Amino acid sequence: MRKAFMPLLIVVAVLLAYAPVMIAQGAFEQSMGLVSKIMYFHAPSGMVMLVSAIVCGVASALYLWRKNPAMDRLAMASAELTVLFGVLVIGTGPLWAKKAWGIWWDWEPRLTMTVVGWLIAVSYLFVRKYAGPGSDKLGAALAVFGTANVPFIYLSVNIWRTLHPKTTVVPTLPPGMRGPFWFCALTLFLLYLVLLTARIHLERQQNALDELYLALED
Amino acid sequence: MFVRTALLVLRKDVAIELKSREILYTTLLFALSCVLIFSIAFVKQGEPLEDAAAGILWIAIEFAGTLALGRTFERERYAETLRALLLAPSSRAAIYVGKVLGILALLAVVEVLLVPLVALLFHAPLFSAPLLLVGLLATGTVGFGAVGALFAAMLVRARSRDVMLPILLYPITIPVMIAGVRGTAALLQDPPDAATVTMWIAILAAFDVVFVTLSLWTFEPVMTE
Repeated sequence: MRKAFMPLLIVVAVLLAYAPVMIAQGAFEQSMGLVSKIMYFHAPSGMVMLVSAIVCGVASALYLWRKNPAMDRLAMASAELTVLFGVLVIGTGPLWAKKAWGIWWDWEPRLTMTVVGWLIAVSYLFVRKYAGPGSDKLGAALAVFGTANVPFIYLSVNIWRTLHPKTTVVPTLPPGMRGPFWFCALTLFLLYLVLLTARIHLERQQNALDELYLALED
Repeated sequence: MFVRTALLVLRKDVAIELKSREILYTTLLFALSCVLIFSIAFVKQGEPLEDAAAGILWIAIEFAGTLALGRTFERERYAETLRALLLAPSSRAAIYVGKVLGILALLAVVEVLLVPLVALLFHAPLFSAPLLLVGLLATGTVGFGAVGALFAAMLVRARSRDVMLPILLYPITIPVMIAGVRGTAALLQDPPDAATVTMWIAILAAFDVVFVTLSLWTFEPVMTE
């Protein structure tokens, strides 16, 4: 991944710069007006958040049972990005909700489960930072439980009658909106990959530095 | 063998607890003062806030449970008895199940005190459908206790474990709490909304299956040093 980092970074920068143009060209939705444009970043951020949480959980499971330190780094990096993309989702959502529902926030299942997922990722970072020795395994177990939450987040809109639009919205987007939507989704996924690569690299160097310190003291 | 080990661990915990009764008494007193504080805050001129009883019952269970979990494993840390348990040539999962059973027994006693107390202080008709109430409490407590015992056991060796337990446990068990509170609120309606309560019990049972499976699965690698 390290060799791919620079080209990937350039591609993401170009895509991000072009995203507003794509979004502006997207079909104008009459009922919601300009606010509907939030969807182009809100929904893909949600997708990336869920993928990131799954990556974190799977990597943690692999770390627990295979004891592969690379998986631990991947889990750590992914947990941080789950928090970051969670902030994007939870931040952009209310901007749209105020116009669509008339309220900023409602404790309906999709929103509640998303906040729970985000909280679990935050508590993962807390554990890694403050729980001292053995926190890697503790965090890994927490991440495995957090991943069990992901299907509930995704399906909550279909199981319960909620305010939040259902999962069928994305596949049935009108043709004029489909292009910009998937463009933004691709952009955010690549952004996730770039950040993930950078964060894993940082973590690896930190581990190497720690080992050097230990070797020096011996 | 599995069941025997689990029951032995449970018997050990019960025997220790019966001798000192420390965790039982402190947890009961804590639950009692918790509900009293809530009743001071949320009952005005004899009239409680709407639906407050359901929430307060579950909050009290969760808070008291957290306290009991912390104390139970603090006792195991003392003199390194948890390590001795883990060194025993038996299935780790069985030890875990034994600890969970101990927690569940303790919480059951706490609930026997809490339910009439909440019913009394908040004028809540909790006993209008006793079977449904037992179903809610049982499924909810199993979900909470299963995750709680796992995290409390893992935290035995960690730094600042007193703070870490609620930080870890609450986000994970929020779904259980929501289901418990919503189910109890449906139960408190007049007449009790049995269909809704049964739905929440089913959701709680689903959470239980997920949580118990994951806990049994992760206990072994997590407790291995």
